[in-house]
Amino acid sequence: MTSPASSTLSTALDVEKIRKEFPILHQTVNGRDLVYFDNAATSQKPLVVINALAEYYKGYNANIHRGIHTLAEKATKAFEQTRLTAKEYINARSEQEIVFTRGVTESINLVASSYGRTFIKEGDEIIVSELEHHSNIVPWQFVVEEKNAVLKVIPVTDRGELDLDAYRKLLSSKTKIVSVNHASNSLGTVNPIKEIIRLAHAVGAVVFIDGAQAGAHLDIDVQDLDCDFYTVSAHKMYGPTGAGFLYGKKELLEKMPPYQGGGEMIKEVTFKKTTYNDLPHKFEAGTPNIADVVAFRYAMDFITETGRAAMAAHEHDLLQYATERVSRLKGVNLVGTAPEKVSVLSFTVDGIHPFDIGQMLDARGIAVRTGHHCTQPLMDRYGIEGTVRASFAVYNTKKEIDQLVEGLERVINFMK
Amino acid sequence: MDINDIQEEIISEFSLLDSDMEMTVFYIMELGQKLPVMDDALKTEENVVKGCQSKVWLTANLDDDKIYFSADSNTAITKGLVSLLIRIFNGQSPEAILNANLHFMQKIGMERFIGTQRSNGFAAMIKQMKLYALAFKTKLEVKS
Repeated sequence: MTSPASSTLSTALDVEKIRKEFPILHQTVNGRDLVYFDNAATSQKPLVVINALAEYYKGYNANIHRGIHTLAEKATKAFEQTRLTAKEYINARSEQEIVFTRGVTESINLVASSYGRTFIKEGDEIIVSELEHHSNIVPWQFVVEEKNAVLKVIPVTDRGELDLDAYRKLLSSKTKIVSVNHASNSLGTVNPIKEIIRLAHAVGAVVFIDGAQAGAHLDIDVQDLDCDFYTVSAHKMYGPTGAGFLYGKKELLEKMPPYQGGGEMIKEVTFKKTTYNDLPHKFEAGTPNIADVVAFRYAMDFITETGRAAMAAHEHDLLQYATERVSRLKGVNLVGTAPEKVSVLSFTVDGIHPFDIGQMLDARGIAVRTGHHCTQPLMDRYGIEGTVRASFAVYNTKKEIDQLVEGLERVINFMK
Repeated sequence: MDINDIQEEIISEFSLLDSDMEMTVFYIMELGQKLPVMDDALKTEENVVKGCQSKVWLTANLDDDKIYFSADSNTAITKGLVSLLIRIFNGQSPEAILNANLHFMQKIGMERFIGTQRSNGFAAMIKQMKLYALAFKTKLEVKS
């Protein structure tokens, strides 16, 4: 029989049970139980992921795709299984549209370099937003500089939302690429990417979506979104570091030149002429990060089995609770108050530098991030040097938020 | 008091904190709050210590052949850390500062609470103070 309390989504998760799957959480830092609120930087890994890594190295480490021996076959199957899982995870049409990369940064560089340098011409325009991480700004700046093209920027409102009216005005027949994030790492804002994509397509531009902060938190359906490129990093999705994937529409990936040359990406090599392998291998030169890609599947399965909707509901609950409690503290200013957010709470405190707050919280075993979060233009927009950022994951609890609030109260009282 | 005596004094003060991280951090911030106010006019780009993650301004002057430093930082903890150096070096001769061997950091377990990036910043502050000492030493030698 179901009790009334378990009938709502947010309580459908057994967080205590989930916490048992994350060995790293059960330790003390500076004499107190660790509270890990730096999930937007990287999330912790469940046992299934840790075990998958160990099992790969213990049982079937081999180089993939060209070996004919049993271990190579087993490793290849496991590696390609992650591609199938990734395809399902974002609802791509075909696994040929999934290219493994080291993560979001490499994916953006791949598209900027391969697509950008091939198709961007002098005077063309690339649009990014004020909300972007440096990794979704700098690779485009390379292209713009080389091609004498123009970088345009969608401004954000005071609440941290993209100004869509301004965006509409930026769009023109000169716009060739629009690259924005699905959710902001600094503020948590979830952007209306479906509308952004639709508007860009209306002027013939392709759209790149940086899904770094969405991968573990939001539903992603690339066919429904109709985006041209989408990318995630495994390590922000309970998976290993150094792995991720780029989704690209097949017809676009087909016409893009390879990004790096080497083994695996070729069909035939002679000193006169080399022909390239089929998708997606054309973009996967050299021995890939096999172990981490193999383990990445278990991270995606963990999310799917736990339930993305249930996880999102729990995180939303935590965010609401934290927002309410932290905003009531003396001198606290929330940065980013968009109505739709992933579980990121960014704030400043009058008269106290974010570094001092971070250090004080660490002394109480609480891990938060402080600084500009690799979004300096955004910090400039708000006239601040940085923020304190607490970001929540499925294993976090309200009790931990109480600890954060208590720590903040201590430092605020001390500094006043 | 000579440099080593002051270092010993700091070590014994920190030992009272019993390795409690929170008490230690509060204590360091308190030390920073007690640091004499630095004249805003001295907070120039030129006086910023390079290599620190936080902003640190540092100047020095020579009075009766002894060096006196003045400093400030935009973060309270860094200000507390720099105040320890000022306490050790203020009123010392350029020679004594140049020859100083600072060991109090290891003894108070500073690496536990400042991390790699701040450790580099702290080293940059010491280096800057020694550079001032060297400059004043040269100046004194030229005078004599």
